[in-house]
Formats: sequence, C-alpha cells, structure tokens
Amino acid sequence: MAAGTAFDELWGASGGDAVRPGFEPLGDWLRETSAAELDRRQHAAEAAFRSLGITFNVYGEEDAAERIIPFDIIPRILSAGEWARLSAGLEQRVQAINAFVDDVYGARRILADGIVPADIVLGNEQFCVPVAGARPPHGIYAHICGIDLVRTGPDEFFVLEDNARTPSGVSYMIENREAMLRLCPELFERLPVRPVDTYPELLRDTLQSVAPEGAVEPRCVLLTPGHYNSAFYEHSFLANNMGIELVEGRDLEVDDDIVWMRTIDGRVRVDVIYRRIDDAFIDPLLFRPDSMLGVAGLMAAYLAGNVTLVNAPGTGIADDKAIYSYMPEIVRYYTGEAPKLPNVETWRCREPASLQYTLDHLEELVVKLVDGSGGYGMLVGPTASRAEIEAFRAALIAQPQRYIAQPTLALSTIPTITDRGIAPRHVDFRPFVLTGSSGVTTVPGGLTRVALREGSLVVNSSQGGGTKDSFVLDGERAPNAAGGV
Amino acid sequence: MLSRTASNLYWIGRYMERAEFTTRLIEATIRLDSLLAQPKVEEAWKSALAVVGAAPDAASEALGAFGGRRFLALSLDNPSSVKSCLSAARDNARAARNVLTQEIWEAINRAWLLIRDRASPGGTQSTLNMVEELKAEARGFEGALARMLRNEAYWFLRLGSLIERGDNTARLLDVKYYLLLPDGEQVGGLRDRDQWMTLLHVVSGRTAYRTIYRQALQPWLIADLLIFRKELPRSLAAAASETVAMLAQFGDMSGLQGEADRLARRRLTRLEDGSIENLLAYGLHESLNGFMRENAAIDAAIANQFRFA
Repeated sequence: MAAGTAFDELWGASGGDAVRPGFEPLGDWLRETSAAELDRRQHAAEAAFRSLGITFNVYGEEDAAERIIPFDIIPRILSAGEWARLSAGLEQRVQAINAFVDDVYGARRILADGIVPADIVLGNEQFCVPVAGARPPHGIYAHICGIDLVRTGPDEFFVLEDNARTPSGVSYMIENREAMLRLCPELFERLPVRPVDTYPELLRDTLQSVAPEGAVEPRCVLLTPGHYNSAFYEHSFLANNMGIELVEGRDLEVDDDIVWMRTIDGRVRVDVIYRRIDDAFIDPLLFRPDSMLGVAGLMAAYLAGNVTLVNAPGTGIADDKAIYSYMPEIVRYYTGEAPKLPNVETWRCREPASLQYTLDHLEELVVKLVDGSGGYGMLVGPTASRAEIEAFRAALIAQPQRYIAQPTLALSTIPTITDRGIAPRHVDFRPFVLTGSSGVTTVPGGLTRVALREGSLVVNSSQGGGTKDSFVLDGERAPNAAGGV
Repeated sequence: MLSRTASNLYWIGRYMERAEFTTRLIEATIRLDSLLAQPKVEEAWKSALAVVGAAPDAASEALGAFGGRRFLALSLDNPSSVKSCLSAARDNARAARNVLTQEIWEAINRAWLLIRDRASPGGTQSTLNMVEELKAEARGFEGALARMLRNEAYWFLRLGSLIERGDNTARLLDVKYYLLLPDGEQVGGLRDRDQWMTLLHVVSGRTAYRTIYRQALQPWLIADLLIFRKELPRSLAAAASETVAMLAQFGDMSGLQGEADRLARRRLTRLEDGSIENLLAYGLHESLNGFMRENAAIDAAIANQFRFA
C-alpha cells in the first residue's frame, strides 16, 4: 500500500525509470528545473493564493479560521484517451443519476421492479417527502455533480463517491490553472493542455436553460450561507465569473409564491437559484425552523413552479452512500448499458453477510458512515489504532445500517514537492459534470486532491490535503514547442 | 445591486478612510508628543483619544505614549483603532467580494495582513515604520479605487469615504479648538503653533497651506483651509462637494435620487456661501457640531434611500 508500489500518474508502473508515453515534457521539466527553483515557485504560488484570499474555513478551529489549501505546482496529467473514456463514463453516470432521482420522486419504477430496495430509498434521511410528485423543469435534479474518482492502475478508474448535492472545489480547478499559467508558463508551451476556464460560462448557460417555463431573460442568483461558510470563496468566485448576484437568505423574500431579491432600486424577480445551502436549511417553514440561512416560503415557490432550485431539493438521495452501492444496477437500469465507470467494491453493512465480512476484516477496510462527508466519521483500517477499530466494531454492531465498508485501494500517486524533496503522494480526482436542458457536459479537467502526509490516503482539505492542477491533454493539438525549442 | 452589497461597500469606504485617518492621527500625535516636555505627553494622547471619540478614564493605560499608540493602532476594544477598522473593512469586503475588483480586495487584504498579528506597537520608531507601511497601503487602496469602473460599486465605496472624511476632519478641528490648548497657554504661542502644524500634517495640508496663503501660520487661516477650501481634498467643503457630485452622477445613471441628494446640496450651499469670519463669529465649535450632525443626517438618508437596512 505504501506510495512507491502504487501506480504513479507520471511514472506509471515503471518505478521511476521512464515517464508514461506522451508525458515526457513533464518528466523533462522536472529534471531540468532545480529543486530551489521549484521551491521558489511553490512559495510564490502560496503567496499568491494568500494574497488573493483563496481560502477555506475550518470548522472548530478559531485561530486558523481561514486557511489556504496547500497547492502543489507539479501537475497531474490525463491523456486525451483517458479523458475520453472518463468523460463518457461520467456522462453516462450522471444521466442515470438524474433518471433515478426523477423516477424516485415520480413513478418509482425502479423500486417496483425491485432493483433497489424501497426501504433504503423511502426511509432514507435524504429522501425529501415534499418534492415527491413535483417535477422540476426538464426533469433535471442534479444539475451539477462532482464525481470523486480514484485510480489503481493504467486502466483502473473507480467512482468513489457521487456528490450530487452541492459539490464544491470547482473554483480551485480554475484558480489552480491560473496559478500554473502564471508560475510555470513553459509547461503550457510543452504540453497541449485543454482549458478549464470555460466552466463559469457553461454553468451560467446551464442555469439559464433550466429556468421555469415562461421566464424571459431568466434572472439567476447564487445563494450562499454567507462569508463564514467554508466554501464562500468559491461562491463569490462563481457568482462573479457568471455575472450573477451573490445573495444570502436575507436578500430574498417570497411573496405570493414568487421569489424576489432586495436591491437598491427595489424588488427584482428571481427565476433560478443556484443554492449552495443544504436542503435542511433552505426554507425554515418546511425544514429546520431554526435556519437563519434560508428563505421562508422558498419551497412553496419552488413547488408552485415559479423558481428553479439548483440542485433540486431531494437530490441527496443519489449521493447517499447506501444508494451508491446500487449505482451499477441503477446505471444499467436506466441506460441499458454496462457502467463505463465501475464502483469501488462495497459491502453494505445492513446485510448480515456483509456486516460479518466487515467485522472480520476491519483491519483491511475503510468503513464509512452512509451520511458522512469530508473525511469525518470514517475508519481507515490499516492505519487505525486498536482502540479506534474496537470503537468502530461496537458502532457497527449497534447500528449496522449506518455503515458501508470498502477495501483500502492502492490509490495512484503523483510526484509532489515535500519537505524532503519530490516524493510520491496519493491522489484522487473530482471532475465536474453539468446537466442542462440540452444535455450533459464535462469540462476537461477537475480537482486533483493530494494527501500530503507520506502514505496517507486521506485527501480532504479539512484533513490536511492539498490540491494540484489537472492537465487534460488535447489529442488533436500537438504541443507548440515539441521539437521546436 | 443588492441593498446589502451596497451597504457593505459603503462601510468599506468608511472603515478604510477611518483606518487611514487614525493612522495619520497616530503619526501626528507622536510628532506633537516629541515637542512636549514630560509629563505633558499625556495631553497629546488624551486629545488624540478625544478626536476618535474615546473617553479613557483617568487610570487608563491609553493615556501614556505607549498605551496611546497601542490603543489607537491595535486595540480591538477601540472601534476606531486601525486594526478594528481594517478588520471590519475586510469583513465587509469578504461579503461583497464578488463586486470588488481584484485590486481593491488585495489592497484591503494586504493592509489587514500587515496589522492582523501585531499585538504591540513596539517602540516609537517601530510604530512610525508601521505608520509608513499603513499609509502606503491606504494609498494603494485609493489607487485601486481610482482605477475602478465608474459603476455602482465605485459610487458606494466613494460615498462611504466622503462621509467618513467629513466627519473626521470636523472632529479634528473641533478637538484642536476646544481641548488641546491647556489653561495658561497663549493662543498663537509656540505650543499653539506646533499643534496647528500637527493638525495640518494629519490632513496632509502643510504644503497646501503655504501654497494658498503664502504667509505664516494663522489658526483662522488653517481653519479656513480645513473648512472652506475645496482645493484641499480633506476639507469639509471638498467632502461636501464631492458627496453632491457622487450622488448626482449616481442619480443620472440610475434615476435614484432623494433625501440624501437634497441634504447634501443644502450643506454644500451653506459651505459655499460661508466665510471663516462669519463662522468664527457664530462659534467654531457650534459650526463644527452642526456639520457633524448634518453629516450624520446625510449618512442616515443614504442608508434609507438605498434600502441598506
């Protein structure tokens, strides 16, 4: 499992002897650039992020309330062929997710056909009773998905998680690229990298395309919990780059099932809300009455068809970890095709045989809360202490339905700048998938997250992970300077 | 533009202006302090605290030179301290991040980073170094402001700066007139002269004075400069005149005009028709208080007109 035996994104399985075909310019660049120069650029990148205020907040840490996510300047590369396969798989999966959610809140065919057990859906905390029977424009629920992928070998990509509620990180995809263009411009002369900065425009088009019927020149806004939220930087970045208003709950009001925002020249009607607030907080009348973040009456306006919420309330059912284990069946059911992107093998602890297997192999497995996120509430067997394992054992026996278990995968690594020079570190990858009225699209790129501690498999930013730029190579365009310089 | 965003921008303008003013006040007070014999140093800091509206009790450590520097620069108990202002400006800037230019945000963020971790002003020299750095950041902010698109965001930032600026200059003059000169000192004496010089320094008006009046320092001329001369950007007349212009430009673009425009025009007319002789005859303190009340009324009218609440 240690880095070094894992598949490496740059070196493949060569153990550092030869870079993978097509990636030579990066290998050359690493060889030609001195350690001191790499360090200098690394620090310049961090200073730039600090000065730009590209921060995230860590809950429960008062002094370090604002941190920059560590950024590593050695990029991760995906070949044109790899991306073509991945994006086809992503589009297939997101189509299935939308069909699934539409079905669950509509005809419930998949439950009637016994593909997914009804109790796991209807009894799920993420199942949103009020939206059953109400269909959003075009039947789209998960307009924006962040699909977490991991890799264990040349052709072995697995989906680790479908983030279909309010996935974050896309601003880093774009800002990381900006930093790379500024600090390592020569890499872009040597490698034909596809751009990622089209994302905000695509997102804007997506939002407009799903406006309620009859909205001429639909007015879109981004609803944020406010500037103390951990992802606030991203909210403001996206609103800014789309040229739409960034609003808080208190800027909106609902009158006669119509949503308005308060501006300096009076009330303006709102048609589409890209909300970055969880379901539970969007409307104190219907969900949590103590929510100060939401808007009273918003759900009534939504159910009346006067405003589109992006992603739609209730979408969380699709990224629940208990549902995740059925995703291959779900993809097959709605697309009639075999899944192009496999799941990580998953044991559902609600099933007695799986629970027994999990209990017998705790030292080897990763155990997760079905409704957990951000790296919280999970056990990484191989690195856990005896006490932690025993604590999880007790929790599993008490409430098995709350857990799933997966093997600890030999996640791929990438050369990363560390205190002791360049060394391999484990990574994952989160591309972003948009679904609008005209179909599903992916921007060639994503967020590569890297576990900065040696051997660690935990890449979450709240757990000390960092990020890297992700280069998707253009198959058509030859590198500008190949052979020329 | 969202009303909340407009309010955030307006307060960024106010807080950044106040941060710069307090910075300059610290510098001027250090200067004044160095001209005074011990143990009168306390008076210099006492008057500086009076300018920012803080009333320390007799035992307050803020009365001394070190305590005074710390209170004005760094104390979070003092809402007018440079650190409090920059922290509040940055909070507002984070909330309004999406309508700020990169340069404006960076200017605010850099100023805040400069002072965020400082717990002590250090010795006098160290404070002066910090003052220089803060002044440079304030210039960076103004430079960034000058480069902005003339849109709503610009107008609200500028309006906040102007309202704050008028208030600050009026306070400064008022305190000089009423508090600074201790009993027994002669008006027009050496002490008095030093204090007026210092005051000019705070508003960067020393050269301006010499250029306009071409004569030795006269307190009423300095008052004239700070109140009536539009050529001096920090005078009351300049602030009043720019406020009118800002509101008018905004009104032309948006069609939004109201009570704030009316109050601001009335104030400007009064200043344009006034003279230092008449004003002194009426009473400087009364006049300045009248100006500050009017300023507060315009502030409230702006909030009302653009639905800040």
